[in-house]
Amino acid sequence: MERIPILQMGGFLLVTIQVDMHDQLALTLQDDLSERISKTSARGVLIDISALDMVDSFIGRMIGTISGLSKIMDAETVLVGMQPAVAITLVELGLTLPGVSTALNVERGMKLLQERVRNQ
Amino acid sequence: MAALQTSTLDAMKNNQAQLLAEWKNSLEASGATRNLKEKDLQQQTAEFLQLVISGLQNGNDQNIATVGWDEIRQFLDKLSHSRALLGQDSHQTASFIFSLKGPLFALLQNHYQDSPALLAEQLWEISELLDALGMHTIRTFQKSREAVIKRQQEELLELSTPVVKLWDGVLALPMIGTLDSQRTQVVMESLLQRIVDTGSEIAIIDITGVPTVDTLVAQHLLKTVTAIRLMGADCIISGVRPQIAQTIVHLGLDLQGVVTKANLADALKLALTRLGLSVNKAD
Repeated sequence: MERIPILQMGGFLLVTIQVDMHDQLALTLQDDLSERISKTSARGVLIDISALDMVDSFIGRMIGTISGLSKIMDAETVLVGMQPAVAITLVELGLTLPGVSTALNVERGMKLLQERVRNQ
Repeated sequence: MAALQTSTLDAMKNNQAQLLAEWKNSLEASGATRNLKEKDLQQQTAEFLQLVISGLQNGNDQNIATVGWDEIRQFLDKLSHSRALLGQDSHQTASFIFSLKGPLFALLQNHYQDSPALLAEQLWEISELLDALGMHTIRTFQKSREAVIKRQQEELLELSTPVVKLWDGVLALPMIGTLDSQRTQVVMESLLQRIVDTGSEIAIIDITGVPTVDTLVAQHLLKTVTAIRLMGADCIISGVRPQIAQTIVHLGLDLQGVVTKANLADALKLALTRLGLSVNKAD
């Protein structure tokens, strides 16, 4: 079955979504990610969605849910690289993802994560 | 309904020069020749008369939508288009055709002096034809004008949404004019795209040039701010004038979570501070 890889980088987990998200894939990612956070006790999660150029309301909500659940498991989450079209779609759908941290690209996201973890 | 008589056609053909001269006089009298070159007018009138005669000669009926009238319709399209560009109004454009009625009717009256019934019939026919042609001219004139307006609207839309780079990593968008859904969409798209292209962390939206802020405009602004935040950049709204601040408070609009500044300078200062930069006076 198709899966989205979750890479470990030091104390952080890196999730790069390179394919078109469909509903089952998003649910699997949610399970996998929570599993990995608890196993590795990661302090931060970076979700890169720069390759995602289309979202529907379900995927939009899943992105919010995944960020939310990592936060509950004490891992700071940063969503990076959202495309303009995706941002506009989410706003029009009313999914403003409150409480989710964002950054322009992976590099800035990493910096933000490190700062957050250091300040804790 | 009876068709045009051949003798009518012949009368028109044989008296072209006289018709043209009288037509020109009546055009001048009606003021339709303003802004037009004498030579162009002469050429246009001659061409039109020629086309009408040849159209009638080919045995076409009065329905100008048929293939036989293609040539004259194209001529009129071109004519009304050029009139629209010259800034003439619909009255002047329509007068071009309707002014032909006078001289033409006079000619026919002269020609059918002895048979009033035939005269009435022929007058009706010619009148119908000229009316149809006149209507067609008005319609294309209107279309040309609408096209001009549409193009100008698009140009205005493009012109009014420049995204300016103020500093490395700081973009500014000076908004001018009323914000509606369509403009917000264009503004949002161009700003978000520039953020991606330049990797800017801070975007300043300056609303000094926005005359009024109502609930709808505020909603559009909030949408833009949220989209910018989702992309991972920060947004500052600057240029909130006293009246606008009062309106926002009176309307009970919730601008929480949005950083607002009174003017662009303050916003730039904040942006520089956030980037860890400072501006100092040189000694």
